[in-house]
Amino acid sequence: MLKRLRHVIARDGRDADPVVRALRAALAADRVRDDAAERSLLAHDASVYPGGLSGPVCFPISAGEVQAIMAIAAEHGRGVVPRGAGTGLAGGAIPLGAPIVVVMTKMNRILSVDTDARVAWVEPGVVNLDLSRALPGHHFAPDPSSQQVCTIGGNVATNSGGPHCLAEGVTNAHVLAMEVVTTAGELVMLGGLDPEPAGLDLRGAFIGGEGMLGIATKIAVRITPDPPSVRTLLLAFESISQAADTVGAIIAAGIVPAALEVMDQRITVAVENFVSAGYPTDAGAVLLAEVDGLPGGTAADAEAIAAVGRANGATSVRIAADDTERALLWKGRKTAFGAIAQVKPDYYLHDTVVPRSRLAEVLAQVYEIAERHDLVVMNVFHAGDGNLHPILAYDAREPGILDRVHAAGREIVEASLAVGGVLSGEHGIGVEKQDLMSQMFSPDDLDHQARLRRAFDPFCRANPGKVLPSSHSCADIAALRSVPTDVWG
Amino acid sequence: MMRTVDDALVAFAAEIGTDGAVAVEGARTRWDRGGAPVAGTRIVQAPRGVVEHRPEEMTVRVRAGTTVADLEAVLSPAGQRSALPDRGGTVGGALAVGENHLDLGTRRTVRESLLEVRYVSAEGRVVTGGGPTVKNVSGFDLPRLFVGSLGTLGCIAEVVLRVNPVPAASRWLRCADADPLRVHAMLWRPACVVGDGSVTWVHLEGHAVDVEAQIASLGAGWEDVDGPPPLPPHRWSVPTGEVGDPAPRPPGRFVASYGVGILFADEPQPPRPLPAAVAAISVRMKENFDPTGRLNPGRTP
Repeated sequence: MLKRLRHVIARDGRDADPVVRALRAALAADRVRDDAAERSLLAHDASVYPGGLSGPVCFPISAGEVQAIMAIAAEHGRGVVPRGAGTGLAGGAIPLGAPIVVVMTKMNRILSVDTDARVAWVEPGVVNLDLSRALPGHHFAPDPSSQQVCTIGGNVATNSGGPHCLAEGVTNAHVLAMEVVTTAGELVMLGGLDPEPAGLDLRGAFIGGEGMLGIATKIAVRITPDPPSVRTLLLAFESISQAADTVGAIIAAGIVPAALEVMDQRITVAVENFVSAGYPTDAGAVLLAEVDGLPGGTAADAEAIAAVGRANGATSVRIAADDTERALLWKGRKTAFGAIAQVKPDYYLHDTVVPRSRLAEVLAQVYEIAERHDLVVMNVFHAGDGNLHPILAYDAREPGILDRVHAAGREIVEASLAVGGVLSGEHGIGVEKQDLMSQMFSPDDLDHQARLRRAFDPFCRANPGKVLPSSHSCADIAALRSVPTDVWG
Repeated sequence: MMRTVDDALVAFAAEIGTDGAVAVEGARTRWDRGGAPVAGTRIVQAPRGVVEHRPEEMTVRVRAGTTVADLEAVLSPAGQRSALPDRGGTVGGALAVGENHLDLGTRRTVRESLLEVRYVSAEGRVVTGGGPTVKNVSGFDLPRLFVGSLGTLGCIAEVVLRVNPVPAASRWLRCADADPLRVHAMLWRPACVVGDGSVTWVHLEGHAVDVEAQIASLGAGWEDVDGPPPLPPHRWSVPTGEVGDPAPRPPGRFVASYGVGILFADEPQPPRPLPAAVAAISVRMKENFDPTGRLNPGRTP
């Protein structure tokens, strides 16, 4: 009852929270939300982690408004959590300690496109695929699986990858400059449109900062001309280890394909049921390989990949005859995560990277770990990068299942680190792998990451309580789990 | 798996110690970049040697004092090469300066190629940032921060670089009557297109059949040459789209890299002061990494 009363008061603009009052004065009142439903909705992302606690939720439409939000947060000692489409899988956008949640999706304009200079200025809320669709003859190279909904700002925050990052590089290679609002409320331009800007590479350091270094309000992205020629191949194997070994053999042959994706039998069957792309459901694993560039080279590389595949036991090699068939093969790969619903209602999508030469060995361990925890595991991953994505499918209604999922997930990370891998290839650390950072980095390493962070945000107000383990974070993690006294419940 | 620190790194950390001004010397090819070290700075050399080249991973672990030439000599038998420009300097120097190879179109940027950096901190500790895999978003991006930092945040000791296959074919051509901007726009990923205002040079790399086809598409008037023209000593970085404009052009002789935004000139580029808010973050970064100001004093990136 008290709660409801407080909401009524809040709607009248006479609410007790001075933060909400200040935000409503700075932004249009309808773009500052404080009702419980909206705050609860925006306390989650696409990860399996339980939601946090949102304070007021803001929808700015200009850099000036973002500056005003930062200034209000600073004045009232509140955290600020930026978010885009909320597709993050590591809990990076989950608000801790009732911070101001800043939703950037209304800043979604493509401001300019210069195909001669190959640069486009965009607002952070632009959807990844919308940008490529707006660039005839060109595209934005980073293409995460969520590209139909994820935003460029989110791509910057997580330094996103995707299938085509093997040859093209991840987001960091495709961002030239960024207008950023610091936690002090200042507007700064990081990087530049010239190739070697003066000063430290703060743009490079900002990318992948998981919203903990400030909020980008305008981004200059490099746009890539579409390749003149593309060849896409689907190779079938009896075992996933043969597919994995083929990946290494292709690279060792001096070919750097545009993409090299592997799917195991379980996910291939689910995908085939879903899209009818003609994937071989009797194969132990399939390898989707793509080469692009000039026609002579792509033809030669496609032949070479087919030959390497056959030498490694490929039972069939199919080369897409035209763009329609090519699109269908990719549709299968891109919708793999949706197809999991046929197997189990819920899934935990993992993300680690291992050296390519250790792929087969680590995959064998992944299956063993899942079996030991009595879990269904499926594998679909960016094999060319060694970027594993084991999917632990489960039914959340089963008591205690999430504990087993997390235990298995942890063991998969440990198996990856043991062969010289890393914690995450594209999802980031967020809250998911915070405690595992100490398994990869020494206390000195973590201390220096914290120093980088503090140079941008000395008071740790941006997305507090993420990435770095609590002992290396300047925020009081325990305090983040509780509610500040001036916040309604 | 926590990374082990080998004897060479331990010795380098001990040499740097915990106090006194210190600067790392490579081959001194760009020693005056960002200002000279102040008098009394102790000069040290980073350890040398290629620790591990893994062609199948497209990675190499190399100590910072190794010359770029020595690194390439190790990579070359496996048909690979790095993104680093070879100007007679060291791997650590190339990274600390952060200038890209002339063949940026096919080599890609130096900053993109740095996967892991190990450096000795102002406190004399060995610190690792990044990781040895080609894809990694584990924590904040210390490697990016170190490219172009001129040794002011830590003394680069050892790095893991992404390397790439050497293309099968490589041809340099020259034409006295071609518009370099148009040439750059019509070619698919040329290694580079440079011009001095009258003559245009093109470097094409890739499959032989594609290189031949591209040359045919260029039309008449092109002749084979051994390489680029002599490059004037100073490097200007200008917005890529403006490289063809007269405005940012340096006085006197120049060679411009089209589609890239680098101009080589006889005169140095005028100072490019940072906006105050950016400078403030940079100052905090320096203070956080080097609170006593002992690393490469006198230099500013």
